Amino acid sequence: MSAATEPAADERVLPTSSLRRLLSRPELGSVVGALAVLVFFACAADGFLRASSLSTVLYASSTIGIMAVPVALLMIGGEFDLSAGVLVTSSALVSSMFSYQMTANAWVGVGVSLLVALAIGAFNGFMLTRTKLPSFIVTLGTFLMLTGMNLGFTKLIDGTVSTKTIGDMEGFPSAHAVFASTLTVGGVGVKVTILWWLGLVAVASWILLRTRTGNWIFAVGGNEDAARAVGVPVARTKIGLYMGVALGAWISGQHLLFSFDAVQSGEGVGNELIYIIAAVIGGCLITGGYGSAVGSAVGALLFGMTSKGIVFAEWNPDWFKFFLGAMLLLATLLNAWVRKRAEASK
Amino acid sequence: MARFRTWVGIALAGALSVSLAACSSTGGKRAEDARKAAAAQGRAAVNTPRWTFAMITHSGDGDTFWDIVQSGARQAAVKDNIKFLYSHDDEAQQQAQLVDAAVDKKVDGIIVTLAKPDAMKAAVARAEKAGIPVITVNSGSEESKAFGALTHIGQDETIAGEAVGDELNRRGRKKALCVLHEQGNVGHEQRCDGVAETFRGRLQKLYVNGTNMPDVQSAIEAKLQADKSVDSVVTLGAPYADTAVKARSDAGSKAEVDTFDLNATVAASLKNGTLGFAVDQQPYLQGYQAVDLLWLYKYNGDVLGGGKPVLTGPQIITKDQASALADYTERGTR
Repeated sequence: MSAATEPAADERVLPTSSLRRLLSRPELGSVVGALAVLVFFACAADGFLRASSLSTVLYASSTIGIMAVPVALLMIGGEFDLSAGVLVTSSALVSSMFSYQMTANAWVGVGVSLLVALAIGAFNGFMLTRTKLPSFIVTLGTFLMLTGMNLGFTKLIDGTVSTKTIGDMEGFPSAHAVFASTLTVGGVGVKVTILWWLGLVAVASWILLRTRTGNWIFAVGGNEDAARAVGVPVARTKIGLYMGVALGAWISGQHLLFSFDAVQSGEGVGNELIYIIAAVIGGCLITGGYGSAVGSAVGALLFGMTSKGIVFAEWNPDWFKFFLGAMLLLATLLNAWVRKRAEASK
Repeated sequence: MARFRTWVGIALAGALSVSLAACSSTGGKRAEDARKAAAAQGRAAVNTPRWTFAMITHSGDGDTFWDIVQSGARQAAVKDNIKFLYSHDDEAQQQAQLVDAAVDKKVDGIIVTLAKPDAMKAAVARAEKAGIPVITVNSGSEESKAFGALTHIGQDETIAGEAVGDELNRRGRKKALCVLHEQGNVGHEQRCDGVAETFRGRLQKLYVNGTNMPDVQSAIEAKLQADKSVDSVVTLGAPYADTAVKARSDAGSKAEVDTFDLNATVAASLKNGTLGFAVDQQPYLQGYQAVDLLWLYKYNGDVLGGGKPVLTGPQIITKDQASALADYTERGTR
């Protein structure tokens, strides 16, 4: 074969139109759903499209989205993490208490907290790959242990259930600027977490679609044994994914701490399911091997729009969970349908 | 055919007599409607513009205490021609976002609880910057003024705790158990610390998971079985008093159960002597006054309290006062 022949002439490659490529994207269903919810609340909720309202919605979405990105990656890799919600609180507590007790610069606590969070993530991954137990069980254990440790250590060290304020310590202002500041863009306050969120989505998408690691993640999630047979480092990939979740939890935790100066030890329980919901709405398969980082962001946006839209529309908040459940079902059904159509037309 | 008609007649007559006999002459929906009719009739009593007030609390889903606060607030809202919006979340971050949403909506007044004051600081400041008057209720009496709120309406948790400690002393108790059902609530810690302050006996704290009643019951039961010398159990919420009573009887303990806050069951239990006493903070008043004071501020620039919290409690309720309150707790206003 000479180099002059057209690559398209290869009869083994199926030509695909750009429309069909679009249809086979994991996040397509959730994008359609997000647009529908946006239009719906724009009509139903007075003031929903105001710049300040949208900034509140985006902020709410970003606090979920920062965690939904690594959780989505982990789910593409075929695993769960039920400890993600309380790990956020843990990393905030470690950071706050270390700085306070050691009377150290706030950044020291931030650094220590990163190490602790990554260690917990590595522990999750290590336990999973070593024991061969399902991740559901392993991380459920970690979840319960962390919940107890959050409260136990806080009571032991601080004597109360919330940490002492570190707002007057050195390094706090700069850390606040990094993790919890509000930038004013055109007269509207934009929280810095939105930038963190978009940054994480970009990095995660690049890893998934443009690097060898991304291929490994899809491979271990799709078929672990086959991946191992072709030389993919399964254990290392999974431990790395859990450490990625820990990294997200660390960012969220530092945001909690530096926006409120003090942390309540009992919080975060139940949020892990919200991260999973955001990833699933965004097109991640619960069985692994399929999904995207952008989808998780759209899922988080859907969640943020619904949770705040209900307030803007002045509905009774008692029904919020009902809508959330209905939305989850609808979005996943839509995803499944779109995927089936995309595969059938190949 | 005639035989068929007879059968149908007998069947109908039977069904009618059964349904008549199946009617309950006590309780149920009919009794509730009669009680509702006896409660205040809602109509606006003023002709001020229709302002919108938003109330944002730290309550979890489906909390009886907050239902009473809400019913007070709604009553006042109807009277003052106010559009009343209620939202809640037990996660500090979410609650702060709900306050932000209310500010975005440009409401005319905000009522907020400061159970987690540090988390609410920025959101409350943003409301004030937007020129929206804020009144804090229920928790946060220490931070309210610093945050720039008009007034705080509620009970000082420490003072309420101290009142309980005094009452326990009066009853000659030696060893008490303080049951905390919301891990992370500073107000609850203050209550138990208040009890410890004045109580001359020994006080132990017991943390339970308040969202899971069987769990609460088994935890109290285990504690009572393990330590026979406990002679009083103090719960921090009305629904938990009933659970503590069940745990006491299962554990075969002689401890007296006392509680913070009221509900219909607590009032009935006080009346028949199952409970020792309750300390009430009048949640109806907290909701009602918050809306009413915001209205007064908007209408007449009035502020109550002179920069000090307006206290709605503590009010110790024993067997003697319980029967008078039974009707009010039944209709959900006490």
